Amino acid sequence: MTSESIDIINAFALLTNFVILPALSYGSQLALGALAVTLVYSILRFSNFAQGDSMAFGTMLVILISGYMISRGWTITGVPTALLAIPMALIGMSIYLLTMDRLVYRHYRRIKAKQNIIGITASIGIMFVTGGIVRFVLGASAQRFGDGERFIFSVREFKAFTGLEQGIALKTSQFLTITIALLLVSFLFYFLQKTKTGKAMRAYSDNEELALLSGIDPDKVVQITWLLVALFTTIAGTLYGLDKGFAPQQYHLLLLPIFASVIVGGIGSPIGAIAGAFLVAFSEILLTYAYKKFLIYLLPLSMHPTSLVQLIGTEYKYAISFVILVIVLLIRPTGLFKGKVIVGE
Amino acid sequence: MNNLNTFWQANKAIACFTIMGLILLFVGLNQSWALVLGIINLSLISAIMALGVNIQWGYAGLFNVGIMGFAALGGVSVVLIAQQPVTEAIDAGGMKMLFALILGVATIAAGVLLNRRGVNKWLVSVIVVIGYLFTRYYFSEAADLIEKVDPAITGYLGGFGLPVAFSWVVGGLAAAGAAWWIGKITLGLRTDYLAIATLGISEIILYVIKNEDWFVRGLKNVYGLPRPVPYEVDMQKSEWLQNIVAWIHRSELQLLSQSDQIDKLGDYVRGASVVFVKLSYSGLILLILVAFILLSNLALNSPWGRKVRAIRDNEVAASAMGKNIKRQHLQIFVLGSAIVGVAGALLVTYDGIFIPTAYQPLRFTFLIWVMVILGGSGNNLGSVLGAFIIWFIWIQSGPMGLWVVEMLGNYIQEGNAPLEFIENRVHYLRLVFMGTILLLIMRFSPGGILPEKNKEL
Amino acid sequence: MAYLEGKNLVASYGVVPILHECSVEVEKGELAVIVGPNGAGKSTVMRVLLGMLEATSGSVKFDGKDISMLSTQERINHGLAFVPQSKNVFPSMTVEENLQMGGFIRKDDISKTIDEVYELFPILHEKRKQLAEQLSGGQRQQVAFGRAMMTRPSVMLLDEPTAGVSPIVMDEIFSNILDVRNAGMAVLMVEQNAQQALNIADKGYVLVSGRNEHTGTGKELINNPEVRKKFLGG
Repeated sequence: MTSESIDIINAFALLTNFVILPALSYGSQLALGALAVTLVYSILRFSNFAQGDSMAFGTMLVILISGYMISRGWTITGVPTALLAIPMALIGMSIYLLTMDRLVYRHYRRIKAKQNIIGITASIGIMFVTGGIVRFVLGASAQRFGDGERFIFSVREFKAFTGLEQGIALKTSQFLTITIALLLVSFLFYFLQKTKTGKAMRAYSDNEELALLSGIDPDKVVQITWLLVALFTTIAGTLYGLDKGFAPQQYHLLLLPIFASVIVGGIGSPIGAIAGAFLVAFSEILLTYAYKKFLIYLLPLSMHPTSLVQLIGTEYKYAISFVILVIVLLIRPTGLFKGKVIVGE
Repeated sequence: MNNLNTFWQANKAIACFTIMGLILLFVGLNQSWALVLGIINLSLISAIMALGVNIQWGYAGLFNVGIMGFAALGGVSVVLIAQQPVTEAIDAGGMKMLFALILGVATIAAGVLLNRRGVNKWLVSVIVVIGYLFTRYYFSEAADLIEKVDPAITGYLGGFGLPVAFSWVVGGLAAAGAAWWIGKITLGLRTDYLAIATLGISEIILYVIKNEDWFVRGLKNVYGLPRPVPYEVDMQKSEWLQNIVAWIHRSELQLLSQSDQIDKLGDYVRGASVVFVKLSYSGLILLILVAFILLSNLALNSPWGRKVRAIRDNEVAASAMGKNIKRQHLQIFVLGSAIVGVAGALLVTYDGIFIPTAYQPLRFTFLIWVMVILGGSGNNLGSVLGAFIIWFIWIQSGPMGLWVVEMLGNYIQEGNAPLEFIENRVHYLRLVFMGTILLLIMRFSPGGILPEKNKEL
Repeated sequence: MAYLEGKNLVASYGVVPILHECSVEVEKGELAVIVGPNGAGKSTVMRVLLGMLEATSGSVKFDGKDISMLSTQERINHGLAFVPQSKNVFPSMTVEENLQMGGFIRKDDISKTIDEVYELFPILHEKRKQLAEQLSGGQRQQVAFGRAMMTRPSVMLLDEPTAGVSPIVMDEIFSNILDVRNAGMAVLMVEQNAQQALNIADKGYVLVSGRNEHTGTGKELINNPEVRKKFLGG
């Protein structure tokens, strides 16, 4: 092979390692969170401000349970114990969400309040309760999961295998994130499109009164929605934690890119939520990546850049999702995939 | 019993404020006057913010979650207006920065203009991207030059060196400007969008403030902001304060020896100077608060205000009557945000420091919200009462929680691990507590403590 | 005793009274039409019959049993079906899914009922994979009827089925309704287009301010000079 073509391969190995893989896994994590928000929005008809802190709550359960499992030696080599803890945590999370629904949201459904405004306000209340509990139990400082980082293959192994100058590492967490997200999303779409219960949920989301007239039980629909939300929330939180570590404030702020994903994709549209999530994730990482090394591989020596060639400073990473949000609201308020009617109430 | 109830209903506001006053008095007598005045001042500032939010939410049903962004704009105004200009930094990179900013504005303007003319979208995008790259190049160079000037102390352009009171007006105007822009984008969309967009845009504002060091020093904070009231050290030197303090404590001082007397008096004067400064702030902020309340009550009872309430209570009917709801909402949104901006400026003026990280977007926005809803949405006095109650609980719940834990600790032996754990974490429970308060009011007393009287059902 | 009857119904929205001792009834294989000016409480009668609004007094009897205390869902289980005036399909679901949702409460095999609906409305079979929101107004109305028929009801309640459609589509819808009646169902419908509706009706009610103003067969009402003058435009 010529040195030019090797340079090109090196350049793309670099991009894969630092942009594509991280963006894919971050996008998957956001997508799961965004789908949870979409589900609540479609069925309960409000934007759930508690999503970020709910993810922290689910992850907290996973941390506690996996900690116990590790202390008991109930582990499987090669598999993060957190993953094994998810089923138990799911039960806890479901109970928590259903309790909150019973204590808070159900009342407003019964009295047919303006669900939109009331729902947002109530979810903000729940956000604080949840966030407070998480911080009380685990403290506010960042922590890593019980059994640390593992790799499917590391940069060193990749380099040795391919002989390239630039390596690609595939972290277990990245691999798991992408695989599990794929499985979960397929499951959700199968559920919504093919099963009777899933169709009933779509019917309820489409036309509440007609669903009632067709004999669909709203309480049941809402309960199933919360169970799905528990599933997506717990797994999204755990995967994010495995990938980037756990800190309550960080999770709390995840609300922002998640909301951006939902609106960018078209609020209430599941496909939109996923598309929005990847758009946000890729924009964040593509715009803040320093292309210096990448360009050095591709450009002739005379054109080598001296600066970092970074479109936007890393410090603005989290602001990017909102800039996208504002642009979408300006240009196409219905989002990429036409979501629910958004004008007026 | 019945009479008592009607009496209570009629004088609820007075009664509630009296009770709140008594509680503060109690804390003052038992803890310290400086502490109480601190609580009062921040309550008053929160009350102004709550008033702004109440105008948006209570009068018009607009859901603003970006309160901290507007407050931060007020804070920035204080730095930009009241700080002395840093001439060195301006000489070093001022012109370059100006050029970069003009270039940026020109790029945006060109993009918008060409787009409107129907020029090929790709061409427009290319022009905008090129414009952006040039802007960014000059901008980072200018920012570097400015930030290099004595970074430990300045490293930014400084302000205009004007009296700090100007910054309150400017803070209001800055917030109003931002609100106008946000409102243009989001009003008329569903509540969710307004809520999320306000949150997002206030986040963007905060990111800019935190990261653009050349602007208001970013995370390095700005210390020593000028004050509208005297400094404690100067007060301690003033004779009249010394005389008053000596007179108040005369009986106690007479019993002491000459040297002890001077020491003791010094102590008292120091304490009194702190109290005096805080009291001056209280007076100032109270004045502004009262002015805002009077103005907004006046506005609310004008034909304009009645129209606003009619729109809130029955949007469909109001729109059928042909009133322009969106314009109305924009006015209210701008007005309420401006008040929040003023409060933000007052807050930084009072603190004397500008700390961007203190603006935790959701947390403090939420506190203001709880104040409004607890006090009674739509009722200005309610917002003030809510501000006092919530701020008091927020400040005192930490110590109270600790106190409860320690009381429990008296019955359990030393070094109890769970107890220590709780002691370290108990302050997080106030988040739970606040959330619960909000949920309980919403459920059981949606009108709040002092419900709005003239709600048209 | 009629198959479905609402007797002396009194109802109000909040403090605003809507119905004052209003009575309607319909037999199997019969088409009854309620007409009257706007705000007469026509749709409210439907809501009360379905239990979507609670009557202050009066009773609803169905097949000889008093169903006044049952919930909407229980009444639907008993054989009542309702096609609302607007928003009467699930727009983002296919025609077939709309029909499946209509049969949601049924535990047995619903494919035969779906075939029956297709037989009645062949166009729906052709468009069964299309989303309801992509259909024309008349076709959407057929989906709405089809959805309501999925529970194999014995009574169909229709709320202004021809609101906002062109005259040609209106004829089509009326002929659909006659098909439904001829299949042996009791059909009770609220209509704005009084003249045309009374033309095909077996029985008609003229409602004014929540009271029965005139009652009779469709022909009688059309020929009644007072009804003609007041409600049929001369």
